[in-house]
Amino acid sequence: MAVSALATGCQPPGFFDGQNLWHEWVVNFFPRIGDSICRGMGGHADGGPPNWLIYLVLGFLGSLIVVNIAALGVPFVVLLERKLLGRFQNRIGPNRVGPFGLLQPVADALKLMTKEDITPAAADKIVFALAPLAFAIPIILMFAPIPWADHASLANLDIGILWVIAVTTAAEAGIFMAGWSSNNKYSLFGAMRAVALLVSYEIPLVLSLLGVVLLAGTLNLSEIVLDQRFAPNILWQPLGFFVFIIAVSAELNRAPFDQLEAESELVSGFHTEYSGMKWAMVQLGEYAALIGFSAIIATLFLSGWKGPLWIPGYIWLVTKMAFILCAFIWVRATIPRMRIDQIMAFGWKFLLPLSIINIFATAAEVIAFPDALPYWLIPINIAFAGACVVGMAKLLGFQPKTRKIVIPGRPVIGDDTPGRIVPLMRGGN
Amino acid sequence: MYGEGILKGLGVTLSYLFKKPVTVQYPEEKAPHYPRFRGYEFVWYEDRCTGCASCAKYCPLGTIKIVTNPELQPNVGNKYGLEIFDIDTGRCMFCGLCVEACPYDALFMGSGFERATYTRRSMMVHIDELRLADKQPSAFARPHLHGVEFGERTSLTSPEAGR
Ligand code: SF4
Ligand code: SF4
Repeated sequence: MAVSALATGCQPPGFFDGQNLWHEWVVNFFPRIGDSICRGMGGHADGGPPNWLIYLVLGFLGSLIVVNIAALGVPFVVLLERKLLGRFQNRIGPNRVGPFGLLQPVADALKLMTKEDITPAAADKIVFALAPLAFAIPIILMFAPIPWADHASLANLDIGILWVIAVTTAAEAGIFMAGWSSNNKYSLFGAMRAVALLVSYEIPLVLSLLGVVLLAGTLNLSEIVLDQRFAPNILWQPLGFFVFIIAVSAELNRAPFDQLEAESELVSGFHTEYSGMKWAMVQLGEYAALIGFSAIIATLFLSGWKGPLWIPGYIWLVTKMAFILCAFIWVRATIPRMRIDQIMAFGWKFLLPLSIINIFATAAEVIAFPDALPYWLIPINIAFAGACVVGMAKLLGFQPKTRKIVIPGRPVIGDDTPGRIVPLMRGGN
Repeated sequence: MYGEGILKGLGVTLSYLFKKPVTVQYPEEKAPHYPRFRGYEFVWYEDRCTGCASCAKYCPLGTIKIVTNPELQPNVGNKYGLEIFDIDTGRCMFCGLCVEACPYDALFMGSGFERATYTRRSMMVHIDELRLADKQPSAFARPHLHGVEFGERTSLTSPEAGR
């Protein structure tokens, strides 16, 4: 399938035959509109406009929608995050602007637009100005291959997964540019940590995806969704999902892996020096990546736009994305930040072997059952994933919650045992 | 069990999600305050004050300024009339020694705290303000005030404040 096959372009004749109004105009909203525009322009007819023109118009309209999903979704995800974080921490969260604080994004946007745009005197001015763009634009590009419903991705790329990984990794260059050009030691620390994190976590991220690719036999996101017709991939790939979701939260710089912007230590890391609209671009990139990756997780592991009912696919996808977003926020509200050496050790010693085990196990399953995996594999897979995680943790000597520490020479009064039980991590007893 | 701590933590935050937030939306609603709370305020009962100026003498900072005038003396015995009773809250450290020193239970720490001003001069509390102010004495150094109810805008009269 060539790149020109815009999924929302002219559909083959008879595509909408035999569909009722709901199905044609609501469930298949995007292909229907695309088809109308394409035929309205005279596509598929003799003497009609050239294909590239139709592609240009449809591509422009589609990009408009997708970019706006990213750009308008971000403020509301930020609001959702602030609200939920507040409630998770027994606070109220923003509630001053508009009913329930719903107009807070508008107020934030106005504030950011009217803020002074400061460039530090010693900064590398050109790189400093380009860095937010170099960060945000690749992340918006990642929305292109996401299938929002049946036949409704902006670009039905054959290498969809590869594209997503490639552009989100390219965004890391923007982080490094920002950190370097700010001429600020904290920003540079943040940028160095970003690169370290990228190198460590990109590998388990990609390797854990390979299991899904092996199952579906394709890199095309739409076909991966169609492949999950019996059960979502999370059931076939529990270990892959576990590794992927951890690696993604590291890739997204979210807690507990937000070492590179660690507000309390690095004063937001690589974007310390940014203000006004440049800061807004950085923020846009971060939260657009969050939205995009929740769409990718939903697509790869939770069967994407497919749902059991006649509800349109994009509604299913957005619902699943909302669940994943809430889970990310929940984790952020709960787990404290890890040290950088803990993060590195966790990535290289724990996630990487697990993802490799996952690949080999999946490959064995696919070889054993070339047609379709039987359902009785699901509990086996889940048990296998649990055993792998626990076994790997034991192998590495991770400690469960508490352990006995014997402190010689400090007996507890009225107790014969030399020493006492103290919780782990309470230093300086 | 591995991950037990993480699961427990997730459970704690999830339970908070369904609890009522502890936040008090301050200007609109106020947290209840308690009898011993010592605020940024003084309560003074003129009918009990004899003008002995013990409070002014005990104050380590010389915050209280008292001027009495025998001619203003009301026809109650053993009392000076008071012309000036100024408390410079800008210098006061709210140690409460003046309250403990008062032999006639005429001076109390108050319970109010919303007294932010723009100038140092307006931090001076004059006698007229002390006369007119709502009297919500704090039970600090006056334990017998424990249990005496006062609402948001009520004031205790001198008999209620007791001896
Ligand atoms: S509280 Fe202390 S500093 Fe303030 S007026 Fe009384 S004795 Fe002086
Ligand atoms: S010590 Fe009491 S009675 Fe004496 S002047 Fe001060 S407030 Fe009045």
